[in-house]
Amino acid sequence: MTRTLIVHRAGPGLSIQDTGRPGYLGFGLSRGGAADRLALAEGAALLGQDESHAALEMAGMGGEFEAGCDLRIALTGAPMRVSIDGARAAWNASHSLPAGARLSIGGVEAGCFGYLHLGGGIETPLLLGARAAHLSSGLGQTVAAGARLPVGTDPKAGETGLTLAVEPRFEGGVIRVVPSLQTDLFDPAERDRFMATTFHRDARGSRMGVRLNSKVPGFHSEAGLSVLSEVVVPGDIQITGDGTPFVLLGECQTTGGYPRIASVLPCDLPRVVQAPPGAALTFRLVELDEAVAAERRADEHRRGLRANLRPLVRDLHDIRDLLSYQLISGVTAGDDIERGRT
Amino acid sequence: MTPIGPDRSRIDPARDWPRIRTVGVDGLLVSFGDRLSEPANRAALAFRAALERAAPEGVEESATSLVSAYVRFNPLWNDHAAMRTALEAILVSRDWYDAPLPEGRRLWRIPTVYGTDLAPQLEEAAAAAGLVPEAAIASLSQSRVRVQTIGFAPGQPYLGELDPAWDIPRQKALTARVPEGALTVAIRQIVLFSVSAPTGWRHVGQTAIRLFRPEADTPFVLRPGDEVLFDAVSPEKLAAMRGDPDGGATAQALK
Repeated sequence: MTRTLIVHRAGPGLSIQDTGRPGYLGFGLSRGGAADRLALAEGAALLGQDESHAALEMAGMGGEFEAGCDLRIALTGAPMRVSIDGARAAWNASHSLPAGARLSIGGVEAGCFGYLHLGGGIETPLLLGARAAHLSSGLGQTVAAGARLPVGTDPKAGETGLTLAVEPRFEGGVIRVVPSLQTDLFDPAERDRFMATTFHRDARGSRMGVRLNSKVPGFHSEAGLSVLSEVVVPGDIQITGDGTPFVLLGECQTTGGYPRIASVLPCDLPRVVQAPPGAALTFRLVELDEAVAAERRADEHRRGLRANLRPLVRDLHDIRDLLSYQLISGVTAGDDIERGRT
Repeated sequence: MTPIGPDRSRIDPARDWPRIRTVGVDGLLVSFGDRLSEPANRAALAFRAALERAAPEGVEESATSLVSAYVRFNPLWNDHAAMRTALEAILVSRDWYDAPLPEGRRLWRIPTVYGTDLAPQLEEAAAAAGLVPEAAIASLSQSRVRVQTIGFAPGQPYLGELDPAWDIPRQKALTARVPEGALTVAIRQIVLFSVSAPTGWRHVGQTAIRLFRPEADTPFVLRPGDEVLFDAVSPEKLAAMRGDPDGGATAQALK
């Protein structure tokens, strides 16, 4: 029997995302994949599966879903209002979603991108080696109401009720950058002025990039408008012709002509991705060695996520059938609260 | 045959190019110039082809831009210094500027409507180039241009080089969106859009070719080294070619 998740209502920015498509840069296709890669790792940890499983990315708004069969889910990234069959459920946690159960996910309470992960992953056909929608290039598309998403087999069925304390990354803040190959097109005073400026994330934004607003005049480079197009990578801070900075994200163009003043550390990019409209962002230039050390710590953090899983303790008033639980005996399978739903 | 052997003078720091620079935290860029030239473009394509044949350990991905080859690697496995040394060893193994163009090149003829409401910036671009619109169309439609690299969007070519008159800057403000198949110009180059996207380049022509076909056996149609003629056609003729993914384009092998 095909395992499915049925989509009854979908926010406008729902898309299937995984770790993207490395290897196509030479063909002009950026890697793409989940905007918040850390959230993808957190979801994988909560479900005890690897990061290659595709999840649903929800930009700002979730949707209404129904389990077509017994499913396990995990919710990560920007916290959103969520309920399962009308009962509020915890974010940054795994839950069981028995066949027929309704999952309702509302708008973000902080941040921008929330994630719905499924035990076994979403198993739509691979396109150029991945399932991620690359919206800016028309590769794949957003998920609409009426969709029935195929879900892979789940070897860990039943393992739910876990939670993860996550690094807060939903309010902007100080973002570390390294010089880019075009940093020296900006004179030192202009670079200093950039690092000293407090920016606010624009309300518009996409998986390609976010615009940074400020009260200061636009940033000027010596390059003018005729510099040769050069390689662009996610995290690059591009200054367009009128002096406005944009932080480019995973679905960005692969080459570009507007000069880049600096490049955000990959491990700090989730905080840019998740900065909500209006959030303050400032940038701090670090040496390459410091940047690599920060990446190493972030990598260790991702690898250690599973060790930080904790059993989910639910509010008693959320448990409608409290008396049916075995509250006295110290020996349980550990997942009976979740099983109690079925 | 070019003599093989280390020649440190080829990466002499006293000479400006070739030059190796970092790209973000996990990339290096080997650049063969800061201006577009045919030798620098050929050098970049050939250097990347060499990386594809035998990449230093730790390289995760490579690409070219117009005059550079880019390498992404995992800096937690290979430190920057080791990767830079590995790239320098390849760099000194030959004179990359006299490398041949890629094999299997083709000449494409792509029907194009210049100007009209399909390509609203022809007159503005012609004026920037100091040409009347008729002369601009003649110049663009008779220029046989080469794909110098694929980039910006999937399968999207940068083509050149146009006459010096076309050394016009990008726009200050972005055009909100040009359609797929848009022919745009700036800095003596053409970009033929494979997707609908915002751009600072001026939209002077419109074609019906689909350059990115994710479901097809050949998802990316054009390749670096291919040459293209953008033949002028009427809007009616282009409309009739819309059903064809090639948009009426034809290709023949180049010897």
